[in-house]
Amino acid sequence: MGVTVLFFLGLAAIAGWWLSTQRLHSKPWLEQGAAGESPATGVSSVPAAKIGLGVLLAALGALFALSISAYLMRMQLADWRPMPKPTLLWFNTGVLMLSSAALQWVRTAADRDDLGAVRVGLLAAGGASIAFVGGQLLAWQQLAGSGYFLTWNPASSFFYLITALHGVHVLGGIVALGRNVALAWQARDLAKLHLGLDLCSLYWDFLLLIWLVLFALLLLS
Amino acid sequence: MVDAAIGRNEPVPPAEVPDVELYHPHSWITKYVFSQDAKVIAIQYSMTALAIGLVALVLSWLMRLQLGFPGTFSFIDPSQYLQYITMHGMIMVIYLLTALFLGGFGNYLIPLMVGARDMAFPYLNMLSYWVYLLAVLVLVAGFFVPGGPTGAGWTLYPPQAILPGTPGYEGGIILMLLSLIIFIIGFTMGGLNYVVTVLQGRARGMTLMRLPLTVWGIFTATVLALLAFPALFVGAVMMLLDRLLGTSFFMPALVSMGEQMSYGGGSPILFQHLFWFFGHPEVYIVALPAFGIVSDLISTHARRNIFGYRMMVWAIVAIGALSFVVWAHHMYVSGMNPWFGFFFATTTLIIAIPTAIKVYNWVLTLWHGDIHLTVPMLFALAFIVTFVNGGLTGLFLGNVVVDVPLSDTMFVVAHFHMVMGVAPILVIFGAIYHWYPKMTGRMLNERLGQFHFWATFVGAYAIFFPMHYLGLLGVPRRYHEIGQTSFVPDSAHTLNAFISVAALIVGFAQLVFLFNLIWSLRHGKDAGGNPWRATTLEWQTPETPPGHGNWGKELPVVYRWAYDYNVPGAKEDFVPQNQPPEPRPA
Repeated sequence: MGVTVLFFLGLAAIAGWWLSTQRLHSKPWLEQGAAGESPATGVSSVPAAKIGLGVLLAALGALFALSISAYLMRMQLADWRPMPKPTLLWFNTGVLMLSSAALQWVRTAADRDDLGAVRVGLLAAGGASIAFVGGQLLAWQQLAGSGYFLTWNPASSFFYLITALHGVHVLGGIVALGRNVALAWQARDLAKLHLGLDLCSLYWDFLLLIWLVLFALLLLS
Repeated sequence: MVDAAIGRNEPVPPAEVPDVELYHPHSWITKYVFSQDAKVIAIQYSMTALAIGLVALVLSWLMRLQLGFPGTFSFIDPSQYLQYITMHGMIMVIYLLTALFLGGFGNYLIPLMVGARDMAFPYLNMLSYWVYLLAVLVLVAGFFVPGGPTGAGWTLYPPQAILPGTPGYEGGIILMLLSLIIFIIGFTMGGLNYVVTVLQGRARGMTLMRLPLTVWGIFTATVLALLAFPALFVGAVMMLLDRLLGTSFFMPALVSMGEQMSYGGGSPILFQHLFWFFGHPEVYIVALPAFGIVSDLISTHARRNIFGYRMMVWAIVAIGALSFVVWAHHMYVSGMNPWFGFFFATTTLIIAIPTAIKVYNWVLTLWHGDIHLTVPMLFALAFIVTFVNGGLTGLFLGNVVVDVPLSDTMFVVAHFHMVMGVAPILVIFGAIYHWYPKMTGRMLNERLGQFHFWATFVGAYAIFFPMHYLGLLGVPRRYHEIGQTSFVPDSAHTLNAFISVAALIVGFAQLVFLFNLIWSLRHGKDAGGNPWRATTLEWQTPETPPGHGNWGKELPVVYRWAYDYNVPGAKEDFVPQNQPPEPRPA
């Protein structure tokens, strides 16, 4: 459970930092607001949706940290056999990087108010993400074709499990991205799009980071 | 020390908040069925949780009938008995307590107590309830599939949970795992709302340190749940794959019913780690909201400010953090490195410190208080006693050498029922008696409430206190019938019969409560807006029950903390959080 403990220590550090900015040492029983004064509440200026996504990513992070912990614990048992890693995974990794980069580019385009570039970038990101999911399915097919089924060995079971967990989250992201694509096509101006694009970009960066960690884990084991 | 500048005498009127973004129901269906109003969702959550809780109550009766009068009820065979204990445990812990505290009280109280119009993401909030309902239906479907629900015990330990021979092997276990997965997805949708609303939805002046402890408890518990449920999620998915597709995540090589199974090499202990990494925080997911609510009940009904508010907040946060590093104390008998046992025993004992601080603070709040023995207060007091009782036996079980002989005995059953069964349920009852007037505009009947309290409180002790002695004798848990053994004396059988009769009586007393809930809806005394003369924001709404959007046109402004009772010099014995300070004489 070392990975999980590390991940939780990281979360605890963030939570501790945040709590330390919230005046938890104050004595509220002595502090009465004067008429007409409403003290700052510590509510952040970051939009609620972005904070909501941050909290969701923490929960998803826990999900993947626990999966990795389970992977490492199961790996130590005697029956674990290493399995081949399809070269296709390298290609998929590149495609996911592209989609994440495309979303970064969309954000800068949105800052420039360049609606055309936003549309192109969104399509590129969506296309690359779909290509990633397709590529992962193809990698599954290749492995199954060479006899490495789900039940061949715990190594293959875990491979299918964690790629599936990750893939499902990419698919969920693609649905959200689809909404933004639709909005980008209806929108006259970009004002309403900024937040959605930010959220997509953040989510994709997270998915990319998780994939890089998972991929490294697969390669090293 | 006064934090804000003083000098202006006129209160500035609160900002009018545009409600264009607020969701408006347009029809009966969107108002009462597919509603996005947190108050309606809260009531939907609560009613569903209470309904499924009644099923679990009936299951406990059946178990007690078998244990108290073995051989009398021929329709309860060993398989069914195991199914009853499994479903009873899972329903009570997850589908009743977690759903009711967070989905029910969280939804109702968070927006009102922090001074928000609604949750941060109302649509997601609505979805959360319907996904929860789906999880409950999938769970209940287990009763109707061939083989019935799973009888693996609520901990669902592999390998036995998914081996033929365990009741519910055919369909029950699959539905159980699916239902848990669905529940967790639904909970995550709701949980995001509770956290973000507390973070971002607070009214002007509502700093974190002015939040009522109820909100602190629910908020921290939600954070725990968001981080702990993924462990159960991963475990459930992996076990589902083991059961359906023949993987060997948890399943070792084994021979079942004379046949070598295709499994091999898996680790049952891995599941236990995942399960308890969720399972122990789950205790606090249920306990922290109870801690928060009970603090508010005691303060309001003893007309005293809560003693040591800062410590109470810190203790909630500390307990939340510590709850993630004690999980393996549930696994002392599963075999582990002795140093780990030492580590987890130590962390388990450390968690008793912030918990004890809370108990002392409740007692010190009562000290010299103007105690009103209302029904909510009775339940709150009963909670303190019961929680101390269950907490102390927790110290027994937290020690490896004491735990090993007591493992899997009725002592453990007595311990966890006291600490996370009876104690939180007492708070739930207290909270319902306390907030029902806000939800409906009418008081619950006091006499029926008193009867309900005494029957439940005394009855619960009649049930669970003797169980400690049974456990010390070595009476094992999860046994359909003890039969004749040398170490179990006849008096233990008599005691079992007594416990069963008490359980039936306590169960029936709950019907009085249900009757009260329905009867008072029409015939209860008119409550007015603030019958308990409480300070927190939910009692200051312009309408009771609060209307759509909670606050009418203007959002409240908060000037003080939540516990200004009997303030020297104040006109009344309570000062609402949103009451502007008296203008100072020039």
